[in-house]
Amino acid sequence: MSAVLLPGGSGPILRLQDVGKVYATGSVEVEALRGVSIQVERGEYVAIMGPSGSGKSTLMHILGCLDVPTSGSYDLAGEDVSTMSEAALATVRNRQIGFVFQQFNLLASLPAWRNVELPLCYSGMGRAERKERAIRALERVGLGERVDHRPGELSGGQQQRVAVARALVTDPALILADEPTGNLDSHSSADVLGLFTELHDQGRTIVLITHERDVARSAQRIVRILDGQVDPAVPLPSGNVR
Amino acid sequence: MNWRETIRTALEAIRSRRLRSALTMLGILIGIAAVMLTVGLGQGAQAQVRDQINQLGSNLLIVSPGSTTSTSGIRGGRGSASTLTMRDAVALASPVVAPDIAKVAPVVTGSQSLTVGTTNWTTNVVGTTPDWLPVRARSLTEGRFFTQAELNGSASVVVLGSTTSTELFGGRDALGQAVSINGSTMTVIGILNTAGSSTTTDEDDQALIPQTTYGSRIANNGNATGVSTLYLEATSTDSLSAAYQEANKALLSTHGVTAAAPDFTISSQQSLLTTATSTDRTLTVLLAGIAAISLLVGGIGVMNIMLVSVTERIREIGLRKALGATPRAIRQQFLVEASTLGLCGGLLGVLLGLVGAQVLPHFLNQPVTISAVAGIGALGIALIIGIVAGVYPASRAARLAPIDALRSE
Repeated sequence: MSAVLLPGGSGPILRLQDVGKVYATGSVEVEALRGVSIQVERGEYVAIMGPSGSGKSTLMHILGCLDVPTSGSYDLAGEDVSTMSEAALATVRNRQIGFVFQQFNLLASLPAWRNVELPLCYSGMGRAERKERAIRALERVGLGERVDHRPGELSGGQQQRVAVARALVTDPALILADEPTGNLDSHSSADVLGLFTELHDQGRTIVLITHERDVARSAQRIVRILDGQVDPAVPLPSGNVR
Repeated sequence: MNWRETIRTALEAIRSRRLRSALTMLGILIGIAAVMLTVGLGQGAQAQVRDQINQLGSNLLIVSPGSTTSTSGIRGGRGSASTLTMRDAVALASPVVAPDIAKVAPVVTGSQSLTVGTTNWTTNVVGTTPDWLPVRARSLTEGRFFTQAELNGSASVVVLGSTTSTELFGGRDALGQAVSINGSTMTVIGILNTAGSSTTTDEDDQALIPQTTYGSRIANNGNATGVSTLYLEATSTDSLSAAYQEANKALLSTHGVTAAAPDFTISSQQSLLTTATSTDRTLTVLLAGIAAISLLVGGIGVMNIMLVSVTERIREIGLRKALGATPRAIRQQFLVEASTLGLCGGLLGVLLGLVGAQVLPHFLNQPVTISAVAGIGALGIALIIGIVAGVYPASRAARLAPIDALRSE
């Protein structure tokens, strides 16, 4: 298959500069991120790795435009999103980011294709086109035969594939996967990671967040987070570089 | 997300929680049905009173004589003086003097004993003119009313009320029979149809004779042209007040009295209607108030279930937000869901109300009038309740931070 054409011009798809995040719970202030700077180029497959409590979840929320940094700047596909309003962030999430969550987060009452078309509903696309694109995305992840199945009728691996299809359907600038194999057995994990590798081969930009070294190895590059900072101790190129 | 999508999403959410949605709607349903039925009962009762009063003659003005004042200064009350005469009746019947008065029926009454053979019955004997029949909106079951010629000739004819006829003749046919009134023998020429009782007199127990006959045979004070009441029929309901003005003016001038001290009173059926309906209205307001409270409780039920729904679907809300739903889209989704619950409850309530309106009269012996306005109004109220009950839960859902919503378990 040919490479996917991505929106925006050249330059990094994602650039974090000196990003800090402070949570204030009552009188206690928790510094979750301390001056994180990360740059991801177009078509890169990056794993962000760190133990629990390292601040990688906070980083994932900021990368996914689900939260805004307290300091520093964040450019996504050439746009500074660190100061955007909630409604504007919603639009950025809709257009630029495809999420894959640990818990799949599918709506149990809807068939697979309706789950996949959900992001398109919020971008105001017509019904016929939505369905067509949803089915195409499901075929892409190998679930062309199961478009009418509800999540309950699918295995864990298949459910995560539906979630990947949902992340793909808007042709986002970035696919952001948060512990995508955390709820899967080893077979399904390999299956889903294989899918990511395939998508990367097709030119997709993928950021995968995990605490498992084996999972992180499937990426092109690993960024280690420790105590809210990028850990420089680990050499950057790791695992199977392509 | 456009409106069609939002509505579809809301309907799916309602359908996926069938039992709960049905129970929520039940609150609105009962409230709406109760409001419709109580208002319907009130309107039915009002319509009943209105019909009863209209039956006694529509467009009707009643002229009563003024009061007498005795030498010791005691005033006799309305109708105690005999200031009205046949001359007044003739004057008011003139289209020049009073163009808005269609017909005039002068009435003079007295309690008399009627005798047929050995049977006697005391009733109200009414001396009047042939116009009495249309003015009082009455009809005959058999025979005929007396004519202008019989009036002019003081004919010895009588028309009996149905009760009077039964009392005097039992089951026998009264037509053509002789009745003795105050020593004069009169021939029965007609029987009145039943009309029911007005507030003061039994309209079915009376004997009608020509006014001239009354003046010459019955009146004992030698006042052959005196009448006790004038019934005036206006040309239409709209001209009732014009007719009132004309009658008032004509009577003031013929009697030579000023408007400050009139010797007559003119009243209308309308004033009677107002009194009767206002009592019913009080009761309707009271009942509708109770029904409105049940509707309020139904609205609180919707709000409660929507709040539970927001808490329960916090992950779904988080996911939708992550996928690009703006706070506005989330707010709309929950608002549409709440108003759909309200509207569906309202629709079912209107249906139940319509069924109730058919069934209830059989148990209560009361008419229930349900108007289209009441039905549409009830639907509107149900929709508004749904929206109002949805505002708070919807804004809570819209305010949820996507990460908090996604994280919760």
